Amino acid sequence: MYHTRKGLEQASGHTLSIIVDNEAGVLARVIGLFSGRGYNIEHLTVAPVDLEGSESRITVVTIGTPPVIEQIKAQLERLVPVHRVGDLTENGPHVERELALIKVSCIGEQQQAALRIAEAFRAKIVDSSLDSYIFEVTGKTEKIKACIKLMEDVGLVEAVRTGVAALTRGSQAL
Amino acid sequence: MSGKEYSGAEIIINSLVDLGVEVIFGYPGGAVLPLYDALFNQETIRHILVRHEQAAVHAAEGYARSTGKPGVVLVTSGPGATNAVTGLTDAMLDSIPVICLTGQVPVHLIGSDAFQEADTVGITRHCTKHNYLVKDVDNLSRIIHEAFYVATSGRPGPVVVDIPKDIQIFKSSVIHSGVIKHRSYSPEVKGDITSIKAAVTLLAGAKKPIFYTGGGVINSGPAAAQLLREIVHLTGAPITSTLMGLGAYPASDKQFLGMLGMHGTYEANKAMHDCDVMVCVGARFDDRVTGRLDAFSPNSKKIHIDIDRSSINKTVRVDVPIVGDVAHVLEDMLKIWKATILETGRQSYDDWWAKIEKWRRRDCLKYNNSDDVIMPQYALERLQELTKDKDVYFTTEVGQHQMWAAQFLKFEEPNRWMTSGGLGTMGYGFPAAVGVQIAHPDALVIDVAGEASIQMNIQELGTTAQYKLPVKIFILNNEYMGMVRQWQELNHGSRYSETYSEGLPDFVALAEAYGAHGIRVDKPADLDAAIIEMMETEGLVIVDCRVAKLANCFPMVPSGAAHNEMIMFEEEDMQKDFEGGAALV
Repeated sequence: MYHTRKGLEQASGHTLSIIVDNEAGVLARVIGLFSGRGYNIEHLTVAPVDLEGSESRITVVTIGTPPVIEQIKAQLERLVPVHRVGDLTENGPHVERELALIKVSCIGEQQQAALRIAEAFRAKIVDSSLDSYIFEVTGKTEKIKACIKLMEDVGLVEAVRTGVAALTRGSQAL
Repeated sequence: MSGKEYSGAEIIINSLVDLGVEVIFGYPGGAVLPLYDALFNQETIRHILVRHEQAAVHAAEGYARSTGKPGVVLVTSGPGATNAVTGLTDAMLDSIPVICLTGQVPVHLIGSDAFQEADTVGITRHCTKHNYLVKDVDNLSRIIHEAFYVATSGRPGPVVVDIPKDIQIFKSSVIHSGVIKHRSYSPEVKGDITSIKAAVTLLAGAKKPIFYTGGGVINSGPAAAQLLREIVHLTGAPITSTLMGLGAYPASDKQFLGMLGMHGTYEANKAMHDCDVMVCVGARFDDRVTGRLDAFSPNSKKIHIDIDRSSINKTVRVDVPIVGDVAHVLEDMLKIWKATILETGRQSYDDWWAKIEKWRRRDCLKYNNSDDVIMPQYALERLQELTKDKDVYFTTEVGQHQMWAAQFLKFEEPNRWMTSGGLGTMGYGFPAAVGVQIAHPDALVIDVAGEASIQMNIQELGTTAQYKLPVKIFILNNEYMGMVRQWQELNHGSRYSETYSEGLPDFVALAEAYGAHGIRVDKPADLDAAIIEMMETEGLVIVDCRVAKLANCFPMVPSGAAHNEMIMFEEEDMQKDFEGGAALV
């Protein structure tokens, strides 16, 4: 990169949607490109999205300066099984959601506290035992993080997150 | 889709024949035995048995670069495939179309650490344009066709097809025919016409333009080289070329400034630095070309024609990007220039050329010749002079000899110069020469080598002996890994750590051991006779040309320096300190 441009351009998070052929090794190609060229991956989700299962949609949240983001997109488009790459952050308003399962072990007062937190975050109880719950919570990354953070004080055992899934707003497809 | 069934091996061979393949460079092994059996039963495709799989890929590269056709490689699983990795990476970096068929253990054994099993698609994912593992014999024919399409279209590159042994034996009646249409891959060849118009307008308004051209012109085909000549003549602008692009524009033409970059000419680098409009055609602003990025051609508007969008704005921001094939874009540029600028006229370049002539008078390639010891530059000057009227192809290894060859050999046509540019693979030149000689049996094929590089694939003397290939190996023997030694002189206080070539073979005796001819020459007065003897001797010749041991390659843009801060021969002030230079490559 131009040395003179350093400092002028801020690195920022971008949510990329990548439509790929659902073939063996395609995920390895995409994440291998990120590691091989020294790009970051903050979030990664992937699953087939059409009925036949012939196309998959990969959502990657990455961080970089504008030229780096440009380069990431160009490199991704160069991969043979990649159909198209969309930069949702660049393309305007979009919806981002993440799902987390949060296991909490608690009794007595802590149990009540956990349930109050869950209610505040509109989390569902998907498993419960005498001394534990698993909550399911969906929302933006910040909300998920905040929910997990609060659960730490009421007996958080472990949590798992799916990473971000995202679509642009409005009627258009990628 | 007829009813007739063929084995996987037959399908592969038939597909290759359909695709016009005449030669395969390969080495047999357990996992490709059915394929070798199918080869045995046919006479359309010639198989060249190399002595190491790396050499098979370099030979295929040499074949591809000297013909414009894709090169084909066939190797076995495990070590066969891993040995090919350096060649594949080389082809990747230099955008050479190579299709490499690798054997694999049978499908049911994949993942079991079977004998000679390696995760070939995993290992080669990063050093190929694309790769395939064939798990169903019904897909085999389509995949072979698709592999050729991917390797040769867009920005060319190597493609691996990994074929388990049982797939080679299973039968199928599914045969691909017709054009390949890929679901997700379809490179654009036409450039955006608005951008092309903008480029023409920008160029016409320039007072100090320059064309900077690269391997993309050669990859685009002979038409691209022809169109380049036309547009450069028509505009009257100076032109410089990367290492990869030499020959796309005739070296003897007065508008040609020679190669640019780390060991490029003074006039080329100065003109690149001072120009006001730069037209980059099929080149990629490699670090050997740009030098320190923040000082690279600071006052110019840049036009960049490249078929690979990811090459644009990768390291240098450009003003007019044009994604497309060089020939297509140049054709459109020419049309627009002829339709508009020829009438309205362009700026005068008189002052610009006057400046360039001043730089040219610096005579940056001069060196102190000697009556006692052969200077490497002199050896190449004589080689150029004595071969200039021949049907000659040059390959090189990597190092000082390569840079001197790029400086002193003069290429008038494309596809005559094969060298490892991006990866810088020592050991490239000799096997590449094998591939060139196979493609052009009657041509004079010379591998300009160093005594260190040549030893990296010296085993191919067996291949040249077997097929009676009259390759000429011209070794500039200075008993050092010269370029590494030069950098040690520059950056490490002349501490020549491990760069002296000890234990050298007697190259003349080595040639004779393979039934070839060897010539040793160490006096300038005997040089011409040695070169003539080399050319006139039938069969393979090794010339052990003993040259000055500590000669340095100039001009040089040291690492960390700007591209106009060259060390010149007469200065030899090797101790200039450029910030961070010692940490760069």
